[in-house]
Amino acid sequence: MSEILFEIDGKQVTAKEGMTLLEAAKTVGIKIPTLCYHEKLEPFGGCRLCIVEVESRGWTKLAVSCVYPVEKNIIVRTRSEKVDRIRRMILQLLLAHAPDAFDLQDLAKEYGADKDRFEKEPSFCVHCGLCVRYCDEVKKKNAIGFVDRGIRKEINFIPDIAAKECWNCKECFPLCPTEALQAAFVLVEALAFPAAEAAKG
Amino acid sequence: MARINSPFELEELRKQILSVRDPNKPCITLCAGSACNASGSREVARSLEEEIQKQGLSSTVDIRQTGCHGYCERGPIIVVGPEKICYFQIKPEDIAEIITETIVNKKVVDRLLYVDPATNEKIVHEHDIPFYKNQERIVFGANSSVDPKSIDDYLAIGGYSALAKALSQMTPDGVLQEVKKANLRGRGGGGFPAGVKWEGSRNAPGDIKYVIVNADEGDPGAYMDRSLLEGNPHAVLEGLAIGAYTVGCSEGYIYVRQEYPLAVENIFTAIRQAEEYGLLGENILGTGFSFKVIVHQGAGAFVCGESTALMTALEGRAGEPRPKYIRSNVVGLWGRPSVLNNVETWANVPLIINKGADWFTSIGTETSKGTKIFSLVGKITNTGLVEVPMGTPIKDIIYTIGGGIPGGKKFKAVQTGGPSGGCLPESLLDLPVGFDELTKAGSMMGSGGMIVMDEDTCMVDVARYFLDFLTDESCGKCVPCREGMRQMLKILTNITQGKGREGDIELLEELAETAIEGALCALGKSSPNPFLSTLKYFRDEYEAHVKEKRCPALSCKELISFYIEPEKCKACMTCARKCPSDAIISGKNLIHIVDQEKCTKCGTCFDVCPPRFRAVTKISGVPVPPPIPEEARTIVREKQK
Repeated sequence: MSEILFEIDGKQVTAKEGMTLLEAAKTVGIKIPTLCYHEKLEPFGGCRLCIVEVESRGWTKLAVSCVYPVEKNIIVRTRSEKVDRIRRMILQLLLAHAPDAFDLQDLAKEYGADKDRFEKEPSFCVHCGLCVRYCDEVKKKNAIGFVDRGIRKEINFIPDIAAKECWNCKECFPLCPTEALQAAFVLVEALAFPAAEAAKG
Repeated sequence: MARINSPFELEELRKQILSVRDPNKPCITLCAGSACNASGSREVARSLEEEIQKQGLSSTVDIRQTGCHGYCERGPIIVVGPEKICYFQIKPEDIAEIITETIVNKKVVDRLLYVDPATNEKIVHEHDIPFYKNQERIVFGANSSVDPKSIDDYLAIGGYSALAKALSQMTPDGVLQEVKKANLRGRGGGGFPAGVKWEGSRNAPGDIKYVIVNADEGDPGAYMDRSLLEGNPHAVLEGLAIGAYTVGCSEGYIYVRQEYPLAVENIFTAIRQAEEYGLLGENILGTGFSFKVIVHQGAGAFVCGESTALMTALEGRAGEPRPKYIRSNVVGLWGRPSVLNNVETWANVPLIINKGADWFTSIGTETSKGTKIFSLVGKITNTGLVEVPMGTPIKDIIYTIGGGIPGGKKFKAVQTGGPSGGCLPESLLDLPVGFDELTKAGSMMGSGGMIVMDEDTCMVDVARYFLDFLTDESCGKCVPCREGMRQMLKILTNITQGKGREGDIELLEELAETAIEGALCALGKSSPNPFLSTLKYFRDEYEAHVKEKRCPALSCKELISFYIEPEKCKACMTCARKCPSDAIISGKNLIHIVDQEKCTKCGTCFDVCPPRFRAVTKISGVPVPPPIPEEARTIVREKQK
């Protein structure tokens, strides 16, 4: 593996080929905000919060750092007026669904995001997909999945799998940045397999 | 069917097919594309076969059911050869007369001919009709002479000779150089040069590579790819096989949406026939080149036209785009180099190999070569598929070929490139169609959708419509697309309902920036285009909606009222009788009044008011005048003598 030299926020960084910008930034202690990233999981690229500015051969573009592979001699800026503006808008869009999520509130403070910019539509799930991917990639159970698409897309436990698998696991619960996951579980449990809880005593 | 083992044998077979075909034998071709089937082509076909048998002409007349001829407005279409006499809007009951008169008595059936609206003259031959005359149908033209279910028909017009030429006379590199020299640009979206894409895959490491046909066409109102696959599937297969030879693939995929059942059926038939002849499969034409084609039926999601989403779907997972900064021609399907081109792009390839890059580049503009098939729909006289050289002014497509706007209405805008494209105003009608010309004007070529809009179309509502389509079709994976569009749609809907607020336009612009810069795939990145392009050319309409609560096109229901002008109303009762909500206060010899409380704004009164009166008007942005006093409502008519 060859070493790649480049710059993040003025710091010289040496990274291994195949590393992402996000991983490389971590090695030098630069924090880039993320919502859907998890080091045990394949990059998803869904929340777009980790967007950064990349300058390469005189061209500047925005790139999503959790999937962008490190390149020789690029200059990366993790904060800029434009980056902040887009992060702020993304946060505002998410806060319409999960106004009370602590992670979002903290980030909102940092980026000056107005949690009331858009009309509230509390659905709580922000589609980071951490639960879905963790259950698939780490636990290999697929007890929870996305259903439908576009603005109707939601997470859902698959009742027959969840009834068997979830009681002794629940490892996805702490991953959820909002309360949506537990609510979804309680709902499917109440509707589809209430007997499981009774059996457990 | 016997297997063909060499390019020589292919030519022999072609000669044999042609030798048993008498070019002077009467042949009736009937358009049996999806559009014509919908307007009764199947019934016409049945009565055609019955009538031929009844008149004992089975051995003297050929019948050929072809794919789409393009002039969908006038279908079903019959062309009687060898003279190419053209009859439009054929019904089963016309068949007996056509056979007796045209086939037996060699006479033209006058009443079924096309009448040129400009000159009122009847036109006998297909190639003299203005709709066809002004086109250059190099790709689409073959549709009208082949039965898509017959490989022999395709061989008869020279089919697979380009594949034979490539395999036996050219190196893969030679083919690549020819395609690059032709500067064939992808007819699907951004217009990326096909040759450069092929080269990227060819040079990418790995032994297993793929070629893929993107037949997931899903733009509202566009159906060129569908018609090509339905009408001339072998041309697409031949192009794909040539691409496979060039890139070094032994496997190819056709990703076609299930909503195109006839295309699916015809492509399966075509693959089977080509395999039987040895034009696909192992050791094609004895040249050692092997290539297999697999059809994948998608569930018809617009996002699956996006390259990484299409490949994810091909792998058997949900069709969601992948966040990758490496092009799919290097890391694509199952992580392998994959060349994805759309139907029309592949169909151009055999032509380039047969006729050469120089011929191809002699058609078109400096940066856009060859022709482009457009799907001309909307407020246009001649709805249909139109193929013109790149560089043709939009005006020629809409007026010369398309016959202009019906009903004496005024042209307002043309939407090109599907939801990711944009609307061009009247001032840009002279713009030549080409990839870069359209992009520069804030729209794009896309796959070639062209929706014509007249003065009655509200441009804010157009933006709302496309956003609505896109929110439905987005995969919902990334926030700027899913959430951003949700908010954009809400704001646009509010504006069209008169609930727009100061700052809405600016907020829409902010959301647009977030989508352009932040979204994961091309669908999301281009999702603000319907808004941005309408704002660019029709900002005054947005402002009228937001500031004056007025819809200048008199189209947004919540912002218009119907009003009967008292001095024009002749108390004829027509509107009152037709009003579905009893909202017209009327009476014999009483000037009618619209009860605004009851009115549902369906527009029936406006449509039925006799043209000689034109008493019903639409108003927007101003209060409805108070009803005239009761005593002034009576009309005193002079007694007729």
